[in-house]
Amino acid sequence: MKIINCPLNGPRNSSEFVHGGEVRQMPDPNNCTDKEWADYVFYSDNLIGVVTEWWLHAPSGYWFIAERHTGSDEILRTYDPAEIYTSRVEFKAKEEPSASEEKTA
Amino acid sequence: MPFSLLKYGLNKDYPFEQNADLPSPSALKSHYDVVIIGAGGHGVATAYYLAKYHGITNVAVLEKGYLGGGNTARNTAVIRSNYLTSEGVKFYSESVKLFQGLSNEFDFNIMYSSRGQLTLAHTDAAIRGFRQRTEVNKHFGGKTELIDPQQIRELVPSLNMNPADQPVLAGLWHIDGATARHDAVAWGYAKGATQRGVELHQLTEVTGVDVDKGKVTGVQTNRGKISCGCVVQAVAGHSSIVGAMAGIRMPITTYPLQAMVTQPVKPFLNPLVSSPALHCYVQQTGRGELVFGGGSDPYPLYNTRSTMDLKESLLAHAVELFPFMANMRLMRQWAGLTDMTSDYSPVMGLSPVENYYLDAGWGTWGFKATPICGKTMAELVATGKVPELIKPFSMSRFDTFRQVNEMGATAASH
Ligand SMILES: Cc1cc2nc3c(=O)[nH]c(=O)nc-3n(C[C@H](O)[C@H](O)[C@H](O)COP(=O)(O)OP(=O)(O)OC[C@H]3O[C@@H](n4cnc5c(N)ncnc54)[C@H](O)[C@@H]3O)c2cc1C
Repeated sequence: MKIINCPLNGPRNSSEFVHGGEVRQMPDPNNCTDKEWADYVFYSDNLIGVVTEWWLHAPSGYWFIAERHTGSDEILRTYDPAEIYTSRVEFKAKEEPSASEEKTA
Repeated sequence: MPFSLLKYGLNKDYPFEQNADLPSPSALKSHYDVVIIGAGGHGVATAYYLAKYHGITNVAVLEKGYLGGGNTARNTAVIRSNYLTSEGVKFYSESVKLFQGLSNEFDFNIMYSSRGQLTLAHTDAAIRGFRQRTEVNKHFGGKTELIDPQQIRELVPSLNMNPADQPVLAGLWHIDGATARHDAVAWGYAKGATQRGVELHQLTEVTGVDVDKGKVTGVQTNRGKISCGCVVQAVAGHSSIVGAMAGIRMPITTYPLQAMVTQPVKPFLNPLVSSPALHCYVQQTGRGELVFGGGSDPYPLYNTRSTMDLKESLLAHAVELFPFMANMRLMRQWAGLTDMTSDYSPVMGLSPVENYYLDAGWGTWGFKATPICGKTMAELVATGKVPELIKPFSMSRFDTFRQVNEMGATAASH
């Protein structure tokens, strides 16, 4: 089985890991256009070469980043997300009235 | 021995020269009205219908490898139309109808075999989904029924009714389900197209696409430049890569899909059997081999290597369904590159580049659509208008969040 080097747990069988998609900048959901959001959610370069992507070590619930070649399947480097995310990312959507509030209103 | 065979055997002109092989044009012309990238089933079917129905024959099909050597050669040839959405069922039903007539039309046996396809439900939720699919299917003229365990036992006596401790509760019995010889489909279309004047150029790789003021003007190949009126792109797993040559970014991700085949045994299994819960489907070929496959690889990759993990999990599930398979020998195992969309429906029709048409996003389920793709793409090229049948599959559906969700009806059945 393929071995993936987890930055937290060391080398483990690939069956313990879940692929989480490419690392990319999320557009601001409150201000971006539908097209920009669709591009973020659905579209991809999907090219042959080195990609930077999220992986999850499922048993320990730990997310990390890997640089992997999509042609040779070689994992060049894995590292803790703290290397590129130096501050907390907020996922704030517009306040929507909750279902119960809607009913009483 | 039938006498007609003897007649052919003694006839020194048979096989006739023009039937013996595909004509192989030596030089590329500098201009074609239509360039089709990719000589898989979809590409050559498009060329065939362009020539046959629209009289357009100044067409070149460019193939970097050999005819039908991509996913057309690698798929497990499940043909069915029991999808979930009305858009999907209408489209795939047309394809199944065309498939039924192909051997006659080509005068070439594609070994179409209508054996029915059986999908197993192991949960109440699956039965509810099957009910819906049965009704949608019947509504559009398909033959699909929901059947109970007793009927399943009669159809497939060798099936373990409690595989992996997940009892079989019901089945989606798709009477129109079928299989065919995949190579023959590609050869039949290619032969029909080239006999009508289309040029098929193998070992000819498209390396660039020329776009001028938003309109395609030609392609570059390893054998030189060609100018053309329009381009049809039908390159399956390489959709994003060829698309990028024309500056088109796509809602597609490429994953390997693996399949395998055992040694031949006596016929025991007539229908195609699939268990989405066990990620496994099995069918017996006309030669007696068992072909089986399952879900895609767990992460995107452009590599047709085989993995031990997939063999292990797929074999474990196959043996649960048919325990005596444990004694059989595996003969071959392979993979193809599949162009997956997030809603498990294709990307067909217009692109952001004028006169550049897309037949992509066929993922793990596009063999069954070969005839109808060829027919509708040819109509699009000839008339410039998107046929009704493929309107729901336009790439722009992703920008307007109008997906055609076939995931539940595709998953491990292809
Ligand atoms: C293991 C497996 C099992 C499957 N099982 C089923 C099934 O049971 N039922 C079903 O309906 N579908 C199934 N599929 C999916 C099906 O095989 C495909 O969707 C279908 O064959 C796509 O046909 P195509 O003609 O578009 O692609 P292909 O046959 O892949 O043809 C594309 C061609 O484009 C060529 N090409 C690529 N790039 C270039 C370039 N730059 N220049 C020139 N040529 C190029 C390639 O060499 C290739 O020959 C399966 C796929 C796999 C891999």
